[in-house]
Amino acid sequence: MQAVGLLSGLLFGLGLVVSGMISPAKVLAFLDVAGAWDPSLALVMAAAVSVAGVGFAIGRRLRKPLAATAFAGPTRRDIDANLIAGALLFGIGWGLAGFCPGPALASLSVAGSRSAVFVIAMLAGMGGEALFSRFANRRPRPA
Amino acid sequence: MTGFTPLSSLAGGALIGLAAALLWLGAGRIAGISGIVAGAATGEASERSWRLAFLAGLVGALLLYQAAVARPAVDIAAGPMTLAVAGLLVGFGTRLGMGCTSGHGVCGIARLSRRSLVATCVFMAAGAATVFVVRHVVGV
Repeated sequence: MQAVGLLSGLLFGLGLVVSGMISPAKVLAFLDVAGAWDPSLALVMAAAVSVAGVGFAIGRRLRKPLAATAFAGPTRRDIDANLIAGALLFGIGWGLAGFCPGPALASLSVAGSRSAVFVIAMLAGMGGEALFSRFANRRPRPA
Repeated sequence: MTGFTPLSSLAGGALIGLAAALLWLGAGRIAGISGIVAGAATGEASERSWRLAFLAGLVGALLLYQAAVARPAVDIAAGPMTLAVAGLLVGFGTRLGMGCTSGHGVCGIARLSRRSLVATCVFMAAGAATVFVVRHVVGV
């Protein structure tokens, strides 16, 4: 499972570089629909969803994954307030800096301290959410 | 301002999709970066190790790329304060909403999850609205 994780991470990081999505300027140019719009991110998503979709379709025919005992995917299907509020806050942060978690982490070795500031704040935000959800006494969930 | 790069976008996207397919078919796990990061810190030991391996690959990919090909362009316009506020929002929001661009946007939509489709529409719209306000209303 570790080997699969490592290889998947490598491919993911390579995909972020090849697609250019590792650069916040490229992401912001997609989000800037009223400016000099760059539709590149839409094609990245379309290709990624298509290839991943084939993988998930193949997975439906398997009883278990190749290197693990069971598939462990999300099971919830409800649209709740946390999903909407979380996506809203994430989107605002994404639009402010042009970073989402993958590119921010992947770029640590290239952009150094600027990516590090974002990543450290992101980890703090994640920790803050864990405290918040404990305080709000929500149902515990798998990480 | 950046130019439209259709071929490299499709190629890079296909690699990201391949990474997600591989993690699902090989390990039965979702390639959602925010969940992997959070779980690498707090999950049980058996679930931590594959996550740490994934993150090592994600960071290592860039080290390898720099060594073998070139230093990729990472153009960050935001200053330290903006980066810090953005990071807090992204960290808090992705955990509250249980996913980010990869978990909801790529894997969730590929799994035909209605939750992920809704989340993706919300964060895309919020991101576009934020950029609109920052660039065209406030005028930074």
